[in-house]
Amino acid sequence: MVSKPHGGRLVRKLLSEKTKERILEESKEYQKINIREGTAIDIENIAHGIYSPLEGFLVENEFQSVLDDMRLPNDLPWSIPIVLDVKEKDLKFDVGDEILLYHKNIPIAVMNVDDIYKYDKKEFAQKVFKTTDINHPGVAKVYNMNEYLVGGEIRLLNELPNPFEKYTLRPIETRVLFKERKFETIVAFQTRNVPHLGHEYLQKSALTFVDGLFINPVLGKKKKGDYKDEVILKAYETLFKHYYPKDSAVLATVRYEMRYAGPREAIHHAIMRKNFGCTHFIVGRDHAGVGNYYGPYEAQEIFKNFPDLGITPMFFKEFFYCKKCKGIVNERICPHPMEDREYFSGTKIRNMIANGEIPPEYFMRKEVYETIMSFENPFVEE
Amino acid sequence: MPDERKYTTVSIPIQLYEKIKKRIEGTGFTSVSDYVTYVLREVLASLEEEEKEEVFSEEEEEKVKERLRALGYLD
Repeated sequence: MVSKPHGGRLVRKLLSEKTKERILEESKEYQKINIREGTAIDIENIAHGIYSPLEGFLVENEFQSVLDDMRLPNDLPWSIPIVLDVKEKDLKFDVGDEILLYHKNIPIAVMNVDDIYKYDKKEFAQKVFKTTDINHPGVAKVYNMNEYLVGGEIRLLNELPNPFEKYTLRPIETRVLFKERKFETIVAFQTRNVPHLGHEYLQKSALTFVDGLFINPVLGKKKKGDYKDEVILKAYETLFKHYYPKDSAVLATVRYEMRYAGPREAIHHAIMRKNFGCTHFIVGRDHAGVGNYYGPYEAQEIFKNFPDLGITPMFFKEFFYCKKCKGIVNERICPHPMEDREYFSGTKIRNMIANGEIPPEYFMRKEVYETIMSFENPFVEE
Repeated sequence: MPDERKYTTVSIPIQLYEKIKKRIEGTGFTSVSDYVTYVLREVLASLEEEEKEEVFSEEEEEKVKERLRALGYLD
């Protein structure tokens, strides 16, 4: 049986066409707020139940509870604050009002304002990211946020244009799909990279123990030098075509803006996949980490605090190629010293590709490499 | 937020308290309260998991299946 949604019920905050039309016709009567792309993506994720049980942006007591305890006030695990920040000069509304949220002139959502509050950015950064270092991308983002937070329920009016709609499945769809495929147990793998053999071994090792594998690449805003979304997707498509069992592996994307909050974000990623219906979630080395802010297996250790998460984490040690074993192994099964090991470094593989070098076959499938190279420039430029 | 708003007291038999205290020695649990909280959360979550599953309406499910077929996820 697929996992129950977090909190017991799949949230869906979608409006009928008729209601949408009525709201948009009356749009002049609403206060309007411009929001960032990442916030618009959060709204989509709330509206489709990916963030169940959230029905909107956190109000103050929820926000404080998430910061302090990684739980909502009703004790349900929740580790990342999902918030809407607003400039003081835009606060032309009160608690109880309905407002419209826009991104680049697209009306994204209507929101009931339940709370307006100030917050401490330093506390936010320290508790969520375990640092206040401005060089941490998540911290930098918090420090650039507006000074007020507005909490309340949202209802979706429009989604942002999605070039990958064909590959986008929502929780209601994956739940039906898993049921139709007769999967009782499904393991999710989150990725934001093209697949190398280390990923493949990790995914297939996990699939050995369950009925289905759900590969769920995160698409969205990227840093310069990252692989473009279409490259990640095509690379996975190739890998699926040649090396994955069609009946037990599913590839579908999700739009989400990474926070790089390491352990806290690992919990959040697991909750998202629970809402898609997955029963297990792969947590590898330095999940959702950046730089050296988190210990290599800190994102695994944090799961000990959540016996009530409702999705089972599957922990893996880092895979590498061992010249003596002549295969892909990890430190639990390989007795050989470091000098025999070739670690899968995303950066190393990326540099090889950027310099036109072919990665060794024990690093990356030839077909995947060729797919990447079929793009004139596989990397994000700006 | 002050701690007193977040915690309350429940009573358990002293013998049980002593048994737990002994049991958690050398584990990651730093107090009997931590252990009891952990166990209760685990138990409650497993009970909730057994509750009846939410079902979608037939019409809704059929609509979803149509999209899944159109995208090639279902035959």
